Amino acid sequence: MNTILTVKNLTVQFDGEPVIEDVNFELNEGENLTVIGPNGSGKTVLLKALMNTIPSRGEITWAPNVRLGYVPQKIEVDKHLPLNAKSLFAAKAKILKTSIKDITTVAKTMGLSPDILETPIGHLSGGQFQKCLITFALIGKPNVLLFDEPTSSIDRPREEQIYETLHRLQDELGLTLILVSHDLSLVYRYATKVLCLNKYGLCFGVPSEVLTTKVLEELYGAPHRYYHHLHEHNGHEH
Amino acid sequence: MNINEIYFLILALISAVATGLVGSFALMKRMTLAGDAFSHVALPGLGLGILFGINPLLGGAATLVLGALIVWHLEKRSGLATETTIGVVFSASLAIGALITPSEDLIEALFGNFAPLSLEHFLIGLTASFLIILFILKFKDQLVIALFSPELASSSGINLSRLNLLYLLIFTLTIILGLRFLGALLVGSLIIIPAAASRQLTHQLNSFLITSSLLSAASVAIGIFISRSYAVAFSPAVVSVSAVIFAASLLKKKR
Repeated sequence: MNTILTVKNLTVQFDGEPVIEDVNFELNEGENLTVIGPNGSGKTVLLKALMNTIPSRGEITWAPNVRLGYVPQKIEVDKHLPLNAKSLFAAKAKILKTSIKDITTVAKTMGLSPDILETPIGHLSGGQFQKCLITFALIGKPNVLLFDEPTSSIDRPREEQIYETLHRLQDELGLTLILVSHDLSLVYRYATKVLCLNKYGLCFGVPSEVLTTKVLEELYGAPHRYYHHLHEHNGHEH
Repeated sequence: MNINEIYFLILALISAVATGLVGSFALMKRMTLAGDAFSHVALPGLGLGILFGINPLLGGAATLVLGALIVWHLEKRSGLATETTIGVVFSASLAIGALITPSEDLIEALFGNFAPLSLEHFLIGLTASFLIILFILKFKDQLVIALFSPELASSSGINLSRLNLLYLLIFTLTIILGLRFLGALLVGSLIIIPAAASRQLTHQLNSFLITSSLLSAASVAIGIFISRSYAVAFSPAVVSVSAVIFAASLLKKKR
């Protein structure tokens, strides 16, 4: 299997403060990498660094001919924009010079009806909007999809549905997936590799091998800490 | 009507179409207030041009471009400070411009004039109008994605900073184009008001752009008719017509 991404000594700083420090990992074509970690551990920042939309230090090497699709966690959209998904998709297709036909196919796969495509984006429900974001990412036939999981706004069954869709897309389109998630059960179900992030890459590898109790405690803090938070139980933090 | 008046008429209508397109994006970018007042920056330049006996439009263009660069720079940061700075700079420009512009020229600088156009000025204006229209047509898709989400725009390979600068420069060119007709005080209004009216009427991007342009051209056409029929000033007539159109658009219930 071919290596599609190599990351070496990746560091991202905001105002001189490191958000991610010295992260290393490698990914093969067609794999499903899930990035886990507590809030503020730099998961979204990692995705942005991989897309080169924020400055970073270290090495990020993508295989040649890689095409990235990106689904952001949450975007604040101006609800009054006179814009529907169809025009939005058409705009991206034109920029990438791909045919509009592809969009219809992708939209159908995502279960977006023509009605939804014609609705102003400000009027879409959370789930419809999420599907539109995924469809937007899939325009231009990416071979790598970066997916930042929405932490709120989407309920559990719908979340499962989205993961199943992503998994299906991965099979159908031969995608490499890089997902940010907070849900460990999904990691065990779909991920071929996992990266635990808490500023540093705490662990990287096959989930069943690297996700030990010790690693998870170090990542999220010892469970009992939450029950005895009045006492100082910061032994796992550095 | 002589040929030079016809030049004026044609150019006023075509630049109104360009103005409507640029205004649509100004509205979607939520820069209506700044966009409206931005034209005030032209006044000190116009005044200096008149004082030193160079083409006032060149002076106005110079201060506008300078103003656009300041706005662009400030846009990269965000927050209230930017809005405040822009507000202060724009109104201060108006005050300083009014001070240095010779009083006999002040009214024309503020409100423009219906004046016959030479062929040369007609052609320059026509070129500028087509440049503006072509820019919007070419960059429409990038602008739309950037409006939807700057984050997705940069992940789709769009250079946001460059796009914003280009848009501001085109916005500036639109103001310069309208300066002669509408004057420093009211040219911004024709950019904003037809787009605001159009937004009331449609939810769909392309029809929004087309409607803005048509309403803008209609404001200019009816404004010219009124100003000639009743011997009133051209620019206030045009802007008043656009305001009436906007008021009428409010009657339409939004979905």
